[in-house]
Amino acid sequence: MNENNTSTGEGEQERFSDEVTARLEPDAKEIIARYPRARSALLPLLHLVQSEEGHVSQAGMRFCADQLDITLAAVKGVATFYTMYRRRPGGDYQVGVCTNTLCAVMGGDQIFSTLQEHLQLEENGETTEDGKVTLEHVECNAACDFAPVVMVNWEFFDNQTPEKAKQLVDDLRLGNDVAPTRGPSSLCTWKQASRVLAGFDDGRAGEGVQAGKPSLAGLELAQERNWSAPEPSATTDDQGEEGAK
Amino acid sequence: MTVTSNTSGGAAPAPIPEDLVTVTIDGFRIQVPEGTLLIRAAELLGIQIPRFCEHPLLDPIGACRQCLVEIPDMGNGRGMPKPQASCTITVMEGMVVNTHLTSPVADKAQRGVMEFLLINHPLDCPVCDKGGECPLQNQAMSTGQGESQFLDVKRTWPKPISLSTQVLLDRERCIQCTRCTRFASEIAGDPLIELMERGAQEEIGIGENDSFDSYFSGNTVQICPVGALTGSAYRFRSRPFDLVSTPSICEHCAGGCAQRTDHRRGKVTRRLAGDDPEVNEEWNCDKGRWAFTYATQPDRLTRPLVRDEDSRALEFASWPEAVSIAAQGLSRARGRVGVLTGGRLTYEDAYAYAKFARVALDTNDVDMRARPHSEEEADFLAARVAGTPVDVDFTALEKAPAVLMAGFDPEDESPTVFLRLRKGYRKRGLKVFSVASHAALGLTKAGGTLVPTIPGDEARTLNHLETEHPESAEAIGREGAIIVVGERLGDVPGGLTAAMSLADRTGARLVWIPRRAGERGAIDAGALPGLLPGGRPVTDAEARTEVARSWNVGALPSTVGRDTAEIIRAAAAGELDALLIAGVELDDLPDPEAARQALARVPFIVSLELRASDVTDRADVALPVAAVAEKSGTFLDWEGRHRPFGNALQLPGVLSDLRVLSAIADAMDVHLGLPDADSAYRELLELGPWKGERVPAPVARPVDVPEPRAGQAVLSTWRQLLGTGRMEDGEPFLAGTARPARAYLSRTTADEVGVTDGASLRVTGARGSVTVPAIVIDIPDRVVWLPANAQGCDIRRDLGSHAGETVELATPTTDAGRQQ
Amino acid sequence: MTTLTPILSKNWDRSDSYTLDAYRADGGYEALRKALGMDPDAIVDTVKQSGLRGRGGAGFPTGMKWGFLPEDNPNPRYLVVNADEAEPGTCKDIPLMLANPHVLVEGVAISSYAIKSHQAFIYIRGEVLHVIRRLRNAINEAYEAGLLGKNILGSGYDLDVVVHTGAGAYICGEETALLDSLEGYRGWPRLKPPFPAVAGLYASPTVVNNVESIASVPSIVANGAEWFTSMGTEKSAGFGFFSLSGHVTNPGQYEAPLGITLRELLDMAGGIREGHTLKFWTPGGSSTPIFTDEHLDIPLDFESVGEAGSMLGTRALQIFDETTCVVRAVGRWIAFYAHESCGKCTPCREGNYWMVQVLDRLERGEGTEADIDKLLDICDNILGRAFCALGDGATSPVTSSIKYFRQEYIDHFEQGGCPFDHSRSTLWGDRALETGGNK
Repeated sequence: MNENNTSTGEGEQERFSDEVTARLEPDAKEIIARYPRARSALLPLLHLVQSEEGHVSQAGMRFCADQLDITLAAVKGVATFYTMYRRRPGGDYQVGVCTNTLCAVMGGDQIFSTLQEHLQLEENGETTEDGKVTLEHVECNAACDFAPVVMVNWEFFDNQTPEKAKQLVDDLRLGNDVAPTRGPSSLCTWKQASRVLAGFDDGRAGEGVQAGKPSLAGLELAQERNWSAPEPSATTDDQGEEGAK
Repeated sequence: MTVTSNTSGGAAPAPIPEDLVTVTIDGFRIQVPEGTLLIRAAELLGIQIPRFCEHPLLDPIGACRQCLVEIPDMGNGRGMPKPQASCTITVMEGMVVNTHLTSPVADKAQRGVMEFLLINHPLDCPVCDKGGECPLQNQAMSTGQGESQFLDVKRTWPKPISLSTQVLLDRERCIQCTRCTRFASEIAGDPLIELMERGAQEEIGIGENDSFDSYFSGNTVQICPVGALTGSAYRFRSRPFDLVSTPSICEHCAGGCAQRTDHRRGKVTRRLAGDDPEVNEEWNCDKGRWAFTYATQPDRLTRPLVRDEDSRALEFASWPEAVSIAAQGLSRARGRVGVLTGGRLTYEDAYAYAKFARVALDTNDVDMRARPHSEEEADFLAARVAGTPVDVDFTALEKAPAVLMAGFDPEDESPTVFLRLRKGYRKRGLKVFSVASHAALGLTKAGGTLVPTIPGDEARTLNHLETEHPESAEAIGREGAIIVVGERLGDVPGGLTAAMSLADRTGARLVWIPRRAGERGAIDAGALPGLLPGGRPVTDAEARTEVARSWNVGALPSTVGRDTAEIIRAAAAGELDALLIAGVELDDLPDPEAARQALARVPFIVSLELRASDVTDRADVALPVAAVAEKSGTFLDWEGRHRPFGNALQLPGVLSDLRVLSAIADAMDVHLGLPDADSAYRELLELGPWKGERVPAPVARPVDVPEPRAGQAVLSTWRQLLGTGRMEDGEPFLAGTARPARAYLSRTTADEVGVTDGASLRVTGARGSVTVPAIVIDIPDRVVWLPANAQGCDIRRDLGSHAGETVELATPTTDAGRQQ
Repeated sequence: MTTLTPILSKNWDRSDSYTLDAYRADGGYEALRKALGMDPDAIVDTVKQSGLRGRGGAGFPTGMKWGFLPEDNPNPRYLVVNADEAEPGTCKDIPLMLANPHVLVEGVAISSYAIKSHQAFIYIRGEVLHVIRRLRNAINEAYEAGLLGKNILGSGYDLDVVVHTGAGAYICGEETALLDSLEGYRGWPRLKPPFPAVAGLYASPTVVNNVESIASVPSIVANGAEWFTSMGTEKSAGFGFFSLSGHVTNPGQYEAPLGITLRELLDMAGGIREGHTLKFWTPGGSSTPIFTDEHLDIPLDFESVGEAGSMLGTRALQIFDETTCVVRAVGRWIAFYAHESCGKCTPCREGNYWMVQVLDRLERGEGTEADIDKLLDICDNILGRAFCALGDGATSPVTSSIKYFRQEYIDHFEQGGCPFDHSRSTLWGDRALETGGNK
């Protein structure tokens, strides 16, 4: 899983090899079978082809078009609408720094610029030379109470600081074990993550914490102060009048 | 008589029909049918609400927000809190609407949207093709503000990019109205262009390594409300205000599309789809739009040519000299002349040939069919087509519950028929069935069902439809159902007979759709060996008398003349002394070799032609004639509808076929009485259709189809819309979008031959072979489909084969394979 | 005094709270058993009576939405759960599904049964990998336990649930754009009418509800509508998550009755971070006009917040103290709207593109007074002119910030730059020494 992802996109294959096609086709069929109409499978299929190459390539789009019997333009229109589909090869680890207002104010901007300098990257979405880390801005990821937040391969790294973030990317580049704050006990690669997004379980749902500290803030306070929701009143009439069944 | 709510009596005011609703727009009350969009209702009052994404033939989308209006009362006493897009709101009884003309809110909203649209628009109108006819430019003037508050950086892109060889895109001009993508997906069924990216970065685009090769792509250029989409052929060529426009009718197929021909300084610069709701609506095909340069090719004949008696070479001659030589030669051969007119003449020109043949040449040996034909077809045309009024029309096709086609691929052979079928399918659930070897792209896009048939076996399929394909038989049994037969069915023994029988059994209406623009007119004009004008049988004495009276002649030849194949045969056998040939390509004839021999043998040939051809090369006299844009006239489309058109280019010294024939007739001392197209049309009108007894319908029996061995296949073929036709010459951008040559065959057939999907296949016919990529599709075993006229695959010329004949299949030799 | 009411978050302190066993240990899926014994219409009535209003921001009554499904439409019905939580500041559904996915699954089962649907989809944003694992795992567990699939709990009722993963598009939180996306297209909002209840997914009758709305259904069915209405206000019944983030001592999830005030919530959360004062806050995400310290006592229910000039939205309370530059904050939000505009309609697509540049100029101190008026004019041309509510929402931070902090905009160009030290607003801004200790 460590092949270099930063290889150039030029001279890209127009189609997957027969071997890749044969391997992905059963997965594609399984995805399509989830839906009443095949076209619904396009988003997960794009995640699937991204799990193969790390980005949505010309060959990947052709594969989706063939599986769904739709045009290449239709696939590309969708693939370019959604920001999770990479358009060019990227790193094994996508480090996304939330720079939406709240995280930016709480330090996300500083984290991003620190990492940019630390990794010697200039453009948003650029990848380190060793092909390990792609650094990019991300929008609000619904973890505002953990701000500032960094996502690595879409796993939560909460309450980051510039120093923590530098350590994080250094560990990623050195191949050290890295565990998300709320997530599995170790990070999977970008391609593996894409496969989960395509709807193929990796058996790691049971790993990691159930909730972070801020998620429990209200509950713990309630317990401390003995607050609870009202008990259902005894007079609540039983809504369960005998069903028509 | 039963009382209905819609009848009104005497002085009582007419009651309002129930399906009308009353709305008040800018203080004016108007009644419109329920379901009318607000923007349409306003138009009826003469109130033009600015718009970009809205197009009456596309599904409403409400994207550009330019047409916002204020609705203080929805008809229920309550107003809408926000301005509403008038292109997506349907009228309600009692609705009160204030447009930008009366509502400051609507006016501000529209000015605001206009300002937004312009912030990222380059305002390069002085160099933009659309400048002068641009909805954005026009509406910015009418409903925009003079100054923009925008001081910032516009979105820019390198320019332009090609969506196909013929459609170019300047992305920075695009206002994301999606008219083009909606046209492609909704109307044409070719979603080959889509919006890419998101938000302000959105751009129209094609798939990776793909191309916008739709037969209808030019319509997107026409409906683009800015100059984002342009046609390669017209780009930077002209300014709209320098052009002279003439309403015209397309000469390419029997669809009869209304169009507009724009010219400048004696040259056609572009053609646009005209607006005719009953025929082509507002669309046309790319061939109709872009294939007009054939008339200005270097090989265009400009002066008469006469064969020098000594050198045997063609030499320029004066008109009087050439006409005189032609007249002398034809006079000498009178009674032993065959007339081949081709299927591309106007109604009036075809009539001139029909009349000339009978009056000047004393023969019924005249046939417009430069294609395979049969006696069965001739009888069918006489019995069911010639001189009949419009029955099945475009609207009937759209509204039919079911349409069954045989020997006909609408997308390739009559593109606007395809558009109507697709519209009927999308809007009304029309069920389309096709008796064919495989489900062609057009059938799929019309939601159609294949009735799989081996080529040549169509008659048997039609005869046994009830048992073999009950679904289609049941569908065409419904009220309003239609059977469409293409001219190719005439090449299948018993095919037309079977179609008539099926129509009789099911009650479905039957319509014949030829491919060429001039066929239907030529039939009605009498350019057939068995028919005089108006569908009059030459064998009917009364019919002859009617015509002779009109023509001021004593008598007309009374026996059925020779058809095209017989004329060729007779000429080759020395039974004819002259041929008069108009607009015929020898390779289109059923047997091109025989035709070449005939031309070599016959002593005297007069050719009326646009450009140098195989026929002019052999002619003794070649007389140049006017192209469609250079004359006026009428086409009869497949419906039988008369489609008159005016003269776009008034070029001195360019004569129509009719005027040349008149001159020859004069020189023969025969009075044709047709000084111009108008007089011909009037004469035809006066003659009117035949009211007497019609020729009985043919009864022909099907023949057995060949049984190919392994390595052989029955040939299925037809001409694709775009290919090698001479009327597409000189338009490389259009040619770039033609469908490439490839062979369709089944998995089993491919395995038998040992060819894999996508690999090269060699197909060999009587005359030779072609090598094209093999594509495995769902098609009967041992049937192969090839395009009849693709670049590198001309069936008649390269294979010498017909549909229904057996061809040999093989992989190209191993050596050839290694060399690749 | 309002107190907290942990219901959906009740079991989150169990380390295995996301498992079926843990959920069942606390009475989980009993509501489903009860529901399956009820007439579906009776469940719809109960939800109607409870006054539950959509928790995704718009606050449309959930039961009424269910009631709009046409009786005579022969097409299958679908329940689609909107788990595309992406409104800036909103962070409730994601921790809910991470810690307690079964309450959502149970809600899906009950709601689907109530609306007579046999196929449900959960459209979850793609950027939350572990939440997707947890959700899929919960569904797998439920299938294995006979709580989903064929003949649920022996009732004869069948239901399939598919988790559909999005791919990064804020607009897909808009319910019709979500449906287009679920059908495999670019997420563009659809024309309404027809509403999803009539022609939604695959043009079939469809109910689209937020995660928290559906997750609230089991408790309503279990405890009754009166129990639910005993919390909250008359028109904003029940409980909900209040998500505090930003410059607050203890940010996090606070499950409380609607109508609680920010003053009460801040008291519970330990107040604004030490040594600082409240400057501005959003009541329900970035699309709701900001409030200031004037608004601390406004009851956080749909009506009161609306009357005060904002919207309850998703109860995403982003708290900013006096170290925060409002121009920068607003500029960043508009950059978000510009980035996420789907591009369908002109006002949102072009207006946000434009405002980004104007705000950027203003933040750099290169703006003018005219730029402020220009922003208001642009907003006037977007608000109520855009195709969907998300376009309208983009104007909220701009107009409300100019309303309360016009002088701060002026200060920027009068001083020729941003008067704020952004490092002071960071998480570590007040404890600069600590950051060094992380190594």
